[in-house]
Amino acid sequence: MTVFSELLIIGVSLGSVYALIALGFVIIFKSTEVVNFAHASLLLAGGYAAVQAREHMPFWLALLAGVVAAALLGVALEFLVIRRYRGRDHSVLAIVTIGLDIVLLTELARQIGPDIFSYRDPWGSRLIELGSLTIPQTRVAALITAAALIGIFLLAFRFTSWGVSMRAAAEHRETAALMGIRLGWVSASAWAVAGALAAVAALFLSVFPTTGLDRDTGLVALKAFPAAIIGGLDSTTGALVGGLVVGITEAMATGYQNDLSFLGSGIGELAPYLVMVLVLLARPAGLFGTRELSRV
Amino acid sequence: MGAAALRVQGLSAGYGPVRALSGVTVEVPEGAVTAVLGGNGAGKSTLLRAISGTLRFHGGAITAGTVEFGGRRLDGRAPARIVAAGIVQVPEGRQVFARMTVADNLRAGSLGAAGGRAAERRARERVLELFPVLAERARQRAGLLSGGEQQMLAMGRALMAAPRLLLLDEPSLGLAPMMAARIADTVREINSQGTSVLLVEQNAALALKVATHAVVLENGAVALSGTASELAASDEVRRRYLGVGHEAGSEDTAAGAAVFAAHADGAPPTLRRWSA
Repeated sequence: MTVFSELLIIGVSLGSVYALIALGFVIIFKSTEVVNFAHASLLLAGGYAAVQAREHMPFWLALLAGVVAAALLGVALEFLVIRRYRGRDHSVLAIVTIGLDIVLLTELARQIGPDIFSYRDPWGSRLIELGSLTIPQTRVAALITAAALIGIFLLAFRFTSWGVSMRAAAEHRETAALMGIRLGWVSASAWAVAGALAAVAALFLSVFPTTGLDRDTGLVALKAFPAAIIGGLDSTTGALVGGLVVGITEAMATGYQNDLSFLGSGIGELAPYLVMVLVLLARPAGLFGTRELSRV
Repeated sequence: MGAAALRVQGLSAGYGPVRALSGVTVEVPEGAVTAVLGGNGAGKSTLLRAISGTLRFHGGAITAGTVEFGGRRLDGRAPARIVAAGIVQVPEGRQVFARMTVADNLRAGSLGAAGGRAAERRARERVLELFPVLAERARQRAGLLSGGEQQMLAMGRALMAAPRLLLLDEPSLGLAPMMAARIADTVREINSQGTSVLLVEQNAALALKVATHAVVLENGAVALSGTASELAASDEVRRRYLGVGHEAGSEDTAAGAAVFAAHADGAPPTLRRWSA
């Protein structure tokens, strides 16, 4: 039971980090109708900017620098590339983002090389004892930070003018334009928010028990794809639920690996995708997705 | 007041190789209601898209002509600039944001307006006075409203930006006759409060009752134009759009001829349908 509880907390923590990434993915999709395959490189760029900044400044400032850098990169991609393809088929745009991802990841891998960077974060490898449970501090910090950011995002999405414009544009772009909502601004802000959230996720994907940020950290963002797809590509609630499902599945499958040895090793990596396939068999639009999304 | 609020001159527009409007001239004088009549595919919606700057959403563009509002050129501007200039459109089929609440729909309508929170509050009071049902339904999702209520919401949402000119695209479409009549009354009331209206309708009888001026579009060109009473009396309009028998219109021929003046070539407009 202790093992199960520990795994559950670690799973929820991991899931909340995936939810941060998936949330960015979903708001880009909602506001620009682009499936953003460049999300992994946004994440890695934010993380790399933060660890570089860490050489010169305290942890929190460096983290902020990474967040700002990823947000700016997101806006730059939207403004310089995505906007030029306005009015084209969405599948064209999705392929453009694959190209962007390849270019960015290649350049970042060249910069990072074989090195592993540490955030030198305030939590280190310390553990928290909760009754009989032992959990790394970083996992608790990740959970609290992600929950706070998601909470702020959802409140803003629901109550601010920005949120109203985002939701209006997501529902019907042309009608939103007729209301005087500037779609360019909506889409640039979506990319900025997605970049910022990804940069925060990069931090928690690189701290203990992981060794640090390396050139493959971006690949973890790929787990946000099953998260977003399980939840339904156009649903913010879905991104959160999908993130948690993926996180818990992964933690459980990894934790109980020995009992699942007949499936071979590495089932933890695979499990989220199995869950995704099962969910899609039952609900092709995801758990919370809109059904008529077949046009994408 | 003689100064034209909206002046569309020689406007041509198309979607790629398809020409949808050719040389259309329409005016909405300040404080007036101008109706645009015509059948399906006559170019009515294209005209509104051209004015609102949303042709690009349909792969279209203005190819010639100008749109002026209060003396300022608006053709080729972004939709947000046009809303800021005081022109707001209520789209065909209402297009309320179905998954958002009624209150949020109204809020979305105020996002393009120049004024701050005080202006928004004033606009909201005016809208809720005009459509009290929207206050009762404020917390409901817009998708759950009836067709008539959705039309009221769409109009209320547009009024949240306190427009000087309201563009209405087929507001009576799909509504019961009673509801259509109510919408017509509401258009009159909005107009009496100082907002000019450009009303696109297939229901010519309804439109000509509300409007002061009217144009008839056919195949993307203006076939007839004149005051609403002239058009309502014209043989051509009565026969084609009002469903009145031919024999009743013989004494109206003179009035009808007057409004054909819009035709440069002088050919009877009935032939245009075949000559294109």
